[in-house]
Amino acid sequence: MNERQIDLEILRYDPETDEQPSFQTYRVPCQEDWVVLDAVNYIKDELDRTLSYRWSCHMAVCGSCGVMINGEPMLSCKAFVRDLPDSIRIEPLANFPIERDLVVVMDDFMGKLQSVTPYLVARDEKSIDDGEHHQTPAQLKKFKPYTLCINCTLCYAACPQYAHDENFVGPAALALAHRYNLDSRDVGRAARADVVASNAGIWECSFVGACSEVCPHEVDPAAAIQQAKIAATMDYFLGWLRPGREP
Amino acid sequence: MQVITTDVVIVGAGGAGLRAAIAIAEENSDLRVALLSKVYPMRSHTVAAEGGAAGVARDDDSLDNHFNDTVSGGDWLCDQDAVDLFVAEAPRELTRMEHWGCPWSRQPNGRVAVRPFGGMKVERTWYAADKTGFHMLHTLFQTSMKYPTIERYDEFYSTDLLVVDGHCRGVAAIEMRSGQLRLFSAKAVIIATGGAGRIFPFTTNGAIKTGDGMAMAYRAGVALKDMEFVQYHPTGLPGTGILITEGSRGEGGILVNKDGYRYLQDYGLGPPDPWPRKKAMELGPRDRLSQAFWHEHRKGRTIDTPHGDVVHLDLRHLGEQRIDERLPMVRDLAVSYVGVDPVYEPIPVRPVVHYTMGGIDTDIDARTSLAGLFAAGECACVSINGANRLGSNSLTELLVFGARAGRGAAELAVAETSDANETAILEQAKVAQDRVGRLFQSSGGGESIAGLRREMNTTMEAGAGIYRTDASLRESCTVMNDVRKRYAGIELEDKSNVYNTDLIQALELGAMVDVAGAVIVAALERKESRGSHQRLDHTERDDEAYLKHSLAHYVDGDDARIDYRDVVITRSPPGERVYGGEQK
Amino acid sequence: MSPRPYIRASSTTGWWLAQPRYVRYMAREVSCVFIGAYTAVVVVGLLRLAEGAAAWVDFVNALQTPASVAFHALALGFALYHTATWFNVTPKAMPMQLGEVQVPGGVIIGAHYAGWAMVSALLLFLVGA
Repeated sequence: MNERQIDLEILRYDPETDEQPSFQTYRVPCQEDWVVLDAVNYIKDELDRTLSYRWSCHMAVCGSCGVMINGEPMLSCKAFVRDLPDSIRIEPLANFPIERDLVVVMDDFMGKLQSVTPYLVARDEKSIDDGEHHQTPAQLKKFKPYTLCINCTLCYAACPQYAHDENFVGPAALALAHRYNLDSRDVGRAARADVVASNAGIWECSFVGACSEVCPHEVDPAAAIQQAKIAATMDYFLGWLRPGREP
Repeated sequence: MQVITTDVVIVGAGGAGLRAAIAIAEENSDLRVALLSKVYPMRSHTVAAEGGAAGVARDDDSLDNHFNDTVSGGDWLCDQDAVDLFVAEAPRELTRMEHWGCPWSRQPNGRVAVRPFGGMKVERTWYAADKTGFHMLHTLFQTSMKYPTIERYDEFYSTDLLVVDGHCRGVAAIEMRSGQLRLFSAKAVIIATGGAGRIFPFTTNGAIKTGDGMAMAYRAGVALKDMEFVQYHPTGLPGTGILITEGSRGEGGILVNKDGYRYLQDYGLGPPDPWPRKKAMELGPRDRLSQAFWHEHRKGRTIDTPHGDVVHLDLRHLGEQRIDERLPMVRDLAVSYVGVDPVYEPIPVRPVVHYTMGGIDTDIDARTSLAGLFAAGECACVSINGANRLGSNSLTELLVFGARAGRGAAELAVAETSDANETAILEQAKVAQDRVGRLFQSSGGGESIAGLRREMNTTMEAGAGIYRTDASLRESCTVMNDVRKRYAGIELEDKSNVYNTDLIQALELGAMVDVAGAVIVAALERKESRGSHQRLDHTERDDEAYLKHSLAHYVDGDDARIDYRDVVITRSPPGERVYGGEQK
Repeated sequence: MSPRPYIRASSTTGWWLAQPRYVRYMAREVSCVFIGAYTAVVVVGLLRLAEGAAAWVDFVNALQTPASVAFHALALGFALYHTATWFNVTPKAMPMQLGEVQVPGGVIIGAHYAGWAMVSALLLFLVGA
């Protein structure tokens, strides 16, 4: 297997000793089928034990390892070195405060996720003995893409609106709300509207579409938000025509 | 030191931990739950499970069938009272998940769909495409956000249990963002920290599967049961060990050696036709399939690659449409990580460590021998999986026993009227402080965490792999004793406080060293072959001597002490495990 | 609480130059300026028409100056860019599913172009082209 010497330039920050972050470069002998995460693990194991970063599954499903690679938000476990040049700049995800090295503060995102009522609001209390709700494959397909979000927050790192205004609820949280709104078993759209159809929610989005471009699982949060805008607008006008109507 | 008082502490926020938390919140909205996890809940390794969760669904299926498949799949080491309870609760828990919004794949008529899975006589594996664990974890996590009484402590690494007067009254945990040790005082504690696959070098398991909770209970005097039983999943990608779900065989995928021959028919799993047939060939149990690979390798019939020997998993005959509909993630993983599109080429696969059947000794109510301590999920051993777990039983296990642990802990928390003596709690905390503090001190040892981890990995694969011998196990025992001694001399290179992952990795290595020791000694003592524990020097199953669970007891500074407990046999006496065409 | 999280400067005036996708976005957004300016020209044209033949002739002459032609070429370019980008995202805002089959995005986009062509043909017919 061929080896390639790659320079990894990593943004470091230790709040106890550093006034601000600074870059540190490591030269790593990379195998040709490696991902950036393999190179970073090599650095930690062989070169510098003080490097902190998040990772777990190494198969792009846990969402831990999001970082900026040459300015682009990516999962380090799915960024193949064969697609990258001999010099790779790695920074923590944009638009989040840096906790330490490549670890960002996730509090705002976790709060946004919670705020959109991200669980099924069922039409009625069904007993277990009554079995499952019926849902056809066609009904499932309607909301299926929006269930695939791994909460990696690459979309927040790519979104210029979130960069500009940290109150923006953001792509992943809004896509999750849309997932439930489209689920045939759910009646929670009204409950979610206060947050979702607000100025800090879908109306903050100007459809840059960067979120959908960087999403590793093609969740397409941009589409979710535009569809939510149409749905919210319809709710508004139909609300005029029939006050007290359930959306 | 700060003491946070709550009613129940749950360590681990994967499928079992979240299910337990929800069970408590639904049972009693006055009880406070502190849900601790060293990672954010959606990162828990439940997320990587792919194939499905088993629960009787079809009219032509029965609880008896699920019971028999599980007991024989476990080579009769399962406690049959626990299995009876498990199969009865399974469909109810899976239905409950559907009520919470889990996007189960469906039949055209709108009912939940089920797929065939290894070792199961009738289809009963509920699935959500090939990302079942992902969907279950996110459904549980999102549902948990309904309950304000569940307080999450994300990125807290628990180091020790706090035991007062023989009762487990809390945990000590490091708040990773500040490096500070925090004490949680509670009336009941549930451990749901997952398995320990990372003691091996090639594994489907993510970085976090380091047996932390198992080690915590073990050191506190709770036995680890059946540790010698480690499951190799037959189809992991070479190099990375990434899981290629059994569901791909459930949909009809076949395994061939370098001659394009479906070799499983040579190992009692044939005849190869008519295909597909339940419990035959590629739908046999995982231990048999992994063992077949080992034999093919010895015969020189596997395919050599830079990442070791492989066989081929061929899905081409399924066609692009079926693959995209039922196995989209499998296609993506194969294309990305080994450059193979399964629509056109077979996927190279090999057995990799996947699941720890063994774990914290619990009864069927998820209780341990330590009052106030419960355990559920992969970190626990009830045992419903026995000597070999059937695929898709463990996702269901998380729900059934997570719920039981939650309900048990809630009951205990209500009955226990007083909070623990804070002085006693602070006293207990000294052990945790020492464990962490020692790592910051100068030792002059010059040992490297990565180096010791590699030595452990190498000896576990060599000595305690798919096939074991007395000699190989004794060698591993010697190596691990040496590793344990040298671990004591580790000094951190990173002595900072904020998000210090050198510290966390050092603590994880400490847990793995303890757990690995238990695995080796238990394997040495079990002089028979059963399920996934195969000995080249004791090739037969010996029910007279070994129809028992092994119990490993922690001995500070020495090898584990093993004793045994009879398996609970109720209505299925040990028989022959029959797969392939001969089974009825 | 994070001891001392570091907040990086994120939104500067030149943020959109950092990535090609942001430049394309800004081009799409700025197209509205040109379309708005063109609309203003059309309104002025109507006013001149109302003022009589002489004013109208002056207006038409002004339209034919090199600067005006250059502006109109630019405005046309931006209008086409705006239309194309707008049509291309319609499948995202209004996805169509018939049974279990997703209507291909190309069909939805194509329908928009077809509609545009028909309206244009009708307009040209009406003005006697």
